[in-house]
Amino acid sequence: MNSPILLQPDETFILNVGPQHPATHGVLRVKMEMNGEYIVNAETVIGYIHRMHEKMGELKTYPQFLMNLSRMDYLGALGYSHGHVLLVEKASGIVVPERAEYIRAIMVELNRVASHLFWFGAFVMDLGGFSPLMYALQDREHILDMLESVTGSRLTYCYFRFGGLCNDVDDNFIKAARQFIPRMRKSMKKYHKLVTGNIIFRKRLEGIAPLSKEMCRKYGASSAVARGSGINFDVRKNEPYSVYPEFDFDVPVYHECDSLARYMVRMDEIEQSLRIVEQGLDKLPGGPIMPDKKPKLIKPPVGDYYQAVETARGSFGIRLVSDGGKNPYRLKLRSPTYSNMHLFDEACQGMMIMDALAFMGSLDLVIPEIDR
Amino acid sequence: MICEKIQLTLSSLFPESAPLPPEPESAGDEKDKKAKSPLPPRQDGLMEREYLVHGYHLDAQVSPAQLVTAVTMLDEAEFFIESITGVDWIKDNQLEVVYDFSRYDFDLCRVVIRTRIDRKSPVVPTITNIYPGANWHERETHDFFGIKFAGHPHLIPLLLPEDADFHPLLKDFKA
Amino acid sequence: MRLTLLNVIVAVVLAIAFAALNAAYLVWAERRGAARIQRRPGPNINGPFGLLQPPLDGIKLMAKQLTIPGGADKIMFITAPVLAMFPAIMSFVTIPFSDSIVAKNMSVGVLMIFAFASMGSMSLLFAGWSSRNKYSMMSSVRAVSQAVAYEIPMLITAITVVMIAGSTDLMEIVHQQSRSFLHWNIFPLLGNSHNILMPFSFLIFFICTLAETNRAPFDLGEAESELVAGFHTEYGSMGFGLFFMGEYANIVIGSCMTTILFLGGWGCPFGLFPGVWWFILKLYLLIATFIWIRWTFPRTTIYGLLNLSWKILIPLSLFNLLFTAGLIKVF
Repeated sequence: MNSPILLQPDETFILNVGPQHPATHGVLRVKMEMNGEYIVNAETVIGYIHRMHEKMGELKTYPQFLMNLSRMDYLGALGYSHGHVLLVEKASGIVVPERAEYIRAIMVELNRVASHLFWFGAFVMDLGGFSPLMYALQDREHILDMLESVTGSRLTYCYFRFGGLCNDVDDNFIKAARQFIPRMRKSMKKYHKLVTGNIIFRKRLEGIAPLSKEMCRKYGASSAVARGSGINFDVRKNEPYSVYPEFDFDVPVYHECDSLARYMVRMDEIEQSLRIVEQGLDKLPGGPIMPDKKPKLIKPPVGDYYQAVETARGSFGIRLVSDGGKNPYRLKLRSPTYSNMHLFDEACQGMMIMDALAFMGSLDLVIPEIDR
Repeated sequence: MICEKIQLTLSSLFPESAPLPPEPESAGDEKDKKAKSPLPPRQDGLMEREYLVHGYHLDAQVSPAQLVTAVTMLDEAEFFIESITGVDWIKDNQLEVVYDFSRYDFDLCRVVIRTRIDRKSPVVPTITNIYPGANWHERETHDFFGIKFAGHPHLIPLLLPEDADFHPLLKDFKA
Repeated sequence: MRLTLLNVIVAVVLAIAFAALNAAYLVWAERRGAARIQRRPGPNINGPFGLLQPPLDGIKLMAKQLTIPGGADKIMFITAPVLAMFPAIMSFVTIPFSDSIVAKNMSVGVLMIFAFASMGSMSLLFAGWSSRNKYSMMSSVRAVSQAVAYEIPMLITAITVVMIAGSTDLMEIVHQQSRSFLHWNIFPLLGNSHNILMPFSFLIFFICTLAETNRAPFDLGEAESELVAGFHTEYGSMGFGLFFMGEYANIVIGSCMTTILFLGGWGCPFGLFPGVWWFILKLYLLIATFIWIRWTFPRTTIYGLLNLSWKILIPLSLFNLLFTAGLIKVF
């Protein structure tokens, strides 16, 4: 199927996939050199929605920058905020109350489920199946309603504060979350029946776009891209942060290295996130959601600090170089899909365009998060 | 443990200098004083960092000439590339390129390689032939800081417009 | 039936009206059906159940300007959508809806319909080629390879039925299946078809119809996640509208043929109330299946599609043909 092809130099043509193209889900452009249906070379062009968050980080004070993080990745926004607040808390030595950390973990995991659900729908839509998107969005809507009731927004949350949260969860939220878990599990069974078992779906993904471990390492891939290639890497386990060591959950790892493996990893992750939410709700301690003592002005001491978190899209790293002032001296955002997308160019060579776009879907791209 | 091993390997890059004392600018009680007095630019060398405070274990500052050797060492030890970025130390008239590396296995070890270059002619060798994934990171650093990566195959603006001739993360950048 | 020129004209006009009306309202049915499958209301604002949606869509499309891309081959570009609609309408002329409702029955009805069906892929080729758009061109190349691949097993299967019936006359084929539903061609062992492989023939024919009409899961010509909108990327206004209607008209033709060749045409299952409504019922059941399939399955790949045809369907249908020929010779 994906046989290597012999080419004469004048037998190719350039196909511009994007910046506006239904498969790229945003303003991403891939310049493909094609031979018929086969891709000879591809060059990804990004930056169409670049907003220079890193410069904004330098110009704003620490609390002012809180809302920027959720604008990076509009589907799994809370994970990014989590990384940011953890970093600043670590740097300036703020101790977070346990209840706040538990609520953060619950929210992040719910947000991860919502993000994976949207990815699931969009991915199947990339393969030409429309209905799963509608089902997934309906389930996602429940999560968004829950998150809205607590955080006040549906997509670009600004919920975490340095030291805790801006709003405590109420009984309604806990009740809704408890009801949601069995409902979501039932939906997962339905999705597996409708999509995972479908022969066309499997044929389109099995053996497509194999990514070796070595390639993942050279590009710094994370999330399902790495875990689908047999790499047991999840920041929540490898580099435990927040209250994640308290939870009992597994990291799904598949060794097939193909697009189906990446799909399966994310589908299994939904279940693991539900387990975390369940345990979090059981263990949720009482107490305050903000620390008693908190510096009035956040001024981390001189030095540089790094914090990695596992967001819905992979290992998100944030590096802070502080000069002791009220603004960061330098704030570097390492976005996971930036690295995941980067290997597309090399991996899609010799593939057919259909397979390449299915592969692109399996990377779970959110373009604003690549471009920052 | 991999951290000790890689520390040993990396320390071979700095034969003459004794290991630097850990945490020279640590977040201690004298931090206010330190923040105000300008620090001299850091000398090349290898440092161990407190993971719980800084979030990484090893911090090696190498000369641009040693960079490729250091990165090759990490590559041989199966580290993956996390990111590359720059920092503009305008007071020292220097630019710093920061390379983050980490590991996929549970033998946790985060390594930071940095190199400092003159602000007037910022050139460092590329590491794209060791880590192809460094390609975009280097292009991005070139966009933001104007640092040239000698030997980079395709050093054109990535995130900035194609015709961008400005480097927004330099501290003297005026919009 | 007495044939005068007037009769023919009236019949053709009725055929066109039927095709156009069907095409328009199948769009509505598809949208409502898809909405039901996806647990949302669908078009329900204009008129009762949104029934005024198709004419309003039509008015909107007609009011738009037909833009022709610079450098496009103008004649081909304009011909293509007409060519998409025209063969489908012409095919209606010879389809018998019941004993008496047929515009012009021909003794070579099967051949005529397949001849017109082949013209459909011409329109895709014209549209894709003349649009001067790489996506359109790739799409049209796909569409042609798909049409070639699927016409073969479709024709072979149709020949199997023609062999059993001993006639290419559509009326005659239906008459032979008309005794009871056990005599339909789809059911083996009883009636005139002794071939136990006939259910497979039906399946092959149905799959080929899906592929011939560019319907999901074989809608590779307009695979919107890869080729934007395929061959009609550059079409707006009624040019797009004609492609759209042509697609639905083709679905109706395909379902009509399946009904006639395998499901006993207007023959009723139990000998009750014979008449055209049985034909209509079977026809719309098949069309509903089309819609159902479309909103359930993801799309296949182009090589999966061609492999399915050349490696599975064609050998199977050839074997089926030989097997049927043998059975007819023996019994």
